Amino acid sequence: MTKNIMIVGVGGQGTLLASRILGNTVINEGYDVKLSEVHGMSQRGGSVVTYVKYGEKVYSPIVDKGEADIILAFELLEAYRALPYLKKGGKIIVNDQKIDPMPVISGLAQYPENIADKLKEVADCTVVNALSLAKEAGNTKSVNVVLIGVMAKSTDIPYEKWVETVKATVPPKFLEANLKAFELGYNL
Amino acid sequence: MKKLLLGNAAVARGAYEAGVNVVASYPGTPSTEITEEIVKFDEVYAEWSPNEKVAAEVAIGASIGGARAMSCMKHVGLNVMADPVFTVSYTGVNGGLVFCVADDPGMHSSQNEQDSRHYAKASKIMMLEPSDSSDCRDMTKMAFDLSEKFDTPVFIRLSTRVSHSQSLVELHDRECVELKPYEKNTQKYVMMPAMAIKRHVVVEDRIAASKKFADESDINKIEANGSEIGVISAGIAYMYAKEALGDKADYLKLGMVYPLPEKKILDFAKAHKKLFVVEELDPIIEEHIKALGVEVIGKEAFTLLGEYTPAMIKKAVLGEDSPESISLEENIPVRPPVMCAGCPHRATFYVLKKLGLTVSGDIGCYTLGATMPLQSVDTTICMGASVSAAHGMAKARGKEFNKKLVSVIGDSTFMHSGITGLVDIVYNKGANTVIILDNSITGMTGHQDNPTTGKTIRGEDTKQVNLITLCKAVGVERVVVADPFDIKHFEEVVKTETEADEPSVIIAQRPCALLKTVKYTGVCEINDKCRNCKMCMKLGCPAITVRQGKVVIDATQCNGCGLCVNVCPFGAIEKKD
Repeated sequence: MTKNIMIVGVGGQGTLLASRILGNTVINEGYDVKLSEVHGMSQRGGSVVTYVKYGEKVYSPIVDKGEADIILAFELLEAYRALPYLKKGGKIIVNDQKIDPMPVISGLAQYPENIADKLKEVADCTVVNALSLAKEAGNTKSVNVVLIGVMAKSTDIPYEKWVETVKATVPPKFLEANLKAFELGYNL
Repeated sequence: MKKLLLGNAAVARGAYEAGVNVVASYPGTPSTEITEEIVKFDEVYAEWSPNEKVAAEVAIGASIGGARAMSCMKHVGLNVMADPVFTVSYTGVNGGLVFCVADDPGMHSSQNEQDSRHYAKASKIMMLEPSDSSDCRDMTKMAFDLSEKFDTPVFIRLSTRVSHSQSLVELHDRECVELKPYEKNTQKYVMMPAMAIKRHVVVEDRIAASKKFADESDINKIEANGSEIGVISAGIAYMYAKEALGDKADYLKLGMVYPLPEKKILDFAKAHKKLFVVEELDPIIEEHIKALGVEVIGKEAFTLLGEYTPAMIKKAVLGEDSPESISLEENIPVRPPVMCAGCPHRATFYVLKKLGLTVSGDIGCYTLGATMPLQSVDTTICMGASVSAAHGMAKARGKEFNKKLVSVIGDSTFMHSGITGLVDIVYNKGANTVIILDNSITGMTGHQDNPTTGKTIRGEDTKQVNLITLCKAVGVERVVVADPFDIKHFEEVVKTETEADEPSVIIAQRPCALLKTVKYTGVCEINDKCRNCKMCMKLGCPAITVRQGKVVIDATQCNGCGLCVNVCPFGAIEKKD
């Protein structure tokens, strides 16, 4: 059975690195895997969606509505936007951060209220204050690795395997903070 | 060894393994990473050329010179390089020659949704279409062999979802390919009428031979599951069909989309009660099959617009609905891309909007100058059009209109195809003002060097094109360099230059805020002098927003560039370390 994971966020939040850590961990477990990324224009502060799919054999790299086992969201509004993609019984892990999109900044739209509560009403949802955990780990830019840590806990891949890929994926300069960030997320 | 690779990286890998010697490209999403990955192999000469036409010609020259060569571009880049492509189809090659073109169905990062397969047919050049990274590697390698075997350039056609998906690829060693001898052969390489007439015969013979190859090769594969439904597909659409239909259909997977394997198609059609063609964008395979007299369901069940999904295919072929999903009850605000915090273009557009100018725009990050709240850009057509189209606009509407008109074009885009427009303005007595947004890099595609940065693709120092001398050399006497962050001064410069009765160039110089060499520090904060006038909100900075009716700066978004400090009329914004 293919496992479908969606990583959503705002361009610049580091969703690509997160999907690569995830992708490399699952291949080491012997799965077939496909990742779909977004580069270019949409990276500039826009909504960013990447898909990670793994299983015995994966064909399409994209996830359709109602198919995601896990939605890992780096931002509240983006979690909300992705909700129709969640499978019945699927899990949402969301970073407790709000980034106003330009229509909200320009006063043309309202940022929806109480998104976390609304998500919890309809799905199994974990809200994480990843920024404070990243600060605790010593690098505010490691929010993405904190979130991967939280998500890792809900897979059946062992802790050490994840640590191996974090080590292989993250630049050495930031390794210490990222390992700490992963641990804090995992043990949340 | 198997490795998880981006489709683009797998194309680079395939080319490397095929012994490619020369790669010349111009960046363009979703094709950029192919050339960026090639650079990682020391054995290969690679370059960013000023535009796609030049890049293709470099690759053509390398091929005639006996090397295996490749050029990579996005779909609209293929328009730019179309001229040499149609003729190199006649000359054929010496070393294997591959053009790798990436389409963008759904327009994730493009100005149109054109289908490059039309070019294969129009230029009579073989085209292969991979479905995932493993195909990318295999087909690129094969493309070089086919190129030499059939004496033709070969197209690889990618799409965003193939280019930007990662999947597993089996890696092999690089083939040792000797440089082929170069022999002067004017009958083959000088395309003037007498020779070209003869070469056209060769082209038609080649297409006939490659049709036969298409029928015989297993690059076009039948997968039988004993179903009455037959699906003919290629590229990413094939993967969607497999995901959607599994073994409920039989497949004819086309690895070669031009020329098509007609015999295989006819046999496959005969063996199935119901036949579907699943292809994104234009009905190219469908129309070809219909012309063979075969009944087939295509666009009537799908769409000409955007990307396909497995769910769409499942519904169209099997009539099955998607799984249940949660529907949202409230309207969710969209999140369009924006200029980054610290972007130098923001200041430029702030001034242009303030002055109420008509802005002839171009392709790059600064196209975002058309979006809320700056909404400064009036037109965007293609690379370079900002300059030449403004010249046309001025000729149409006259002198007074021209005084309220500017072109904006990035440094890389100016080198790509802006300079020729500027020559036209000077030559044909125009008086336009062209603003070169010199942010010291090719921004939108993710920081590639270009002739104005003084670095090659490998980061080596090289001669830097001096924009001032270049503009003066073509005859522009008024060339001014100004920093757009010095808003008052920049505004004065724009006013003066647009008033002038002769051509002028303003080089708006400030580097991209994302460059590693740019070190903004600290954050901007609003103090109690703020009267909530919202002047700073006019900048459209993603860090400045309104919370509980008051303007605030989000410290997690601010990079301390200080532009907002310069626009606040009350000194209410301060930079803190």
